[in-house]
Amino acid sequence: MADDHHGPTVRIYLAVFASLMFLTALTVWVAFQDLGMFNDVVALGIACTKATIVILFFMHVKYASRLTWLLAGAGILFLLILFAFAMADYVSRGWLGMPASHYLQ
Amino acid sequence: MADHALHHDHPHGLAHQFEDMPQQKESAVIGMWSFLITEILFFGGFFATYLIYRSYYPEAFFEGSSHLDIPMGAFNTIVLIVSSLTMAMAVHKSHEGNKRGILVYLTLTGILGLTFLVVKYFEYSAKIEYGLVPGLAWHPHGENSPQLALFYSLYFGMTGMHALHMIIGIGLLIWVFVKAAQGTYTAEYNAPVEIFGLYWHFVDIVWIFLFPLLYLLGTQGGGH
Repeated sequence: MADDHHGPTVRIYLAVFASLMFLTALTVWVAFQDLGMFNDVVALGIACTKATIVILFFMHVKYASRLTWLLAGAGILFLLILFAFAMADYVSRGWLGMPASHYLQ
Repeated sequence: MADHALHHDHPHGLAHQFEDMPQQKESAVIGMWSFLITEILFFGGFFATYLIYRSYYPEAFFEGSSHLDIPMGAFNTIVLIVSSLTMAMAVHKSHEGNKRGILVYLTLTGILGLTFLVVKYFEYSAKIEYGLVPGLAWHPHGENSPQLALFYSLYFGMTGMHALHMIIGIGLLIWVFVKAAQGTYTAEYNAPVEIFGLYWHFVDIVWIFLFPLLYLLGTQGGGH
């Protein structure tokens, strides 16, 4: 039965669409405000919010099984591991004030 | 279980290895998400490279970004968001088994996808004209030219891979469209529309991150 499918309604889709458009306008507007280092934080925060909205509603994860949640979460978890480990290496290379080759000899 | 083997009891579109339609659909959705995990990490490699080199050469990245066309990038962001809405509506119509609804919304989604690619074509043409394509047409000769080339290599690598996903998406869309026109999808059997929607929304999400990271980065002029 089609009615048994617990998906979002058209009204929810339109609300999601409106919020995505609003956040797009917001991210362009914020980009032209000088917030110092917080420009990046805000831009990425808005992008993550938009992505979350798309995943939960357009991709139906909010209405999906626990196993689907697990898979979507696993993708994001491993993405964060990729970023965290790569950046931990590159960012910390200069901290000891000596070239890495020093340790290789 | 044996009852399912009876021919008259076999629902349209149900493969014999599945118990029932919900189980089959769940498997399709999970299969698509498994693929999307590999896609997340594929683009993740690009984003990690971007993060590393941007933290190394912030000035060159600000300068490179300031040459990108924000109105075009913003327009394409809107185009993709609208296409995600029409795609979600196509999936919604497929749940109702509404063939005409599926076809209308898939057509709109396809037109928006093509619009995105046309805008991208004009953007790429401008970059070629201005000599901002590393390895092919590269004009900057300043001190930071190599770092600038790094930014543009990432720009073309990331947006190019994204555009390739759009092209593949439009190809898949045509296939789903043909199947829908043949009346394959019903209120019970519509998993292909659903999982194609997942792919389409994923490609939209990639652009949601590309737009601020590539286009909006240069607005502050690297003054910090």
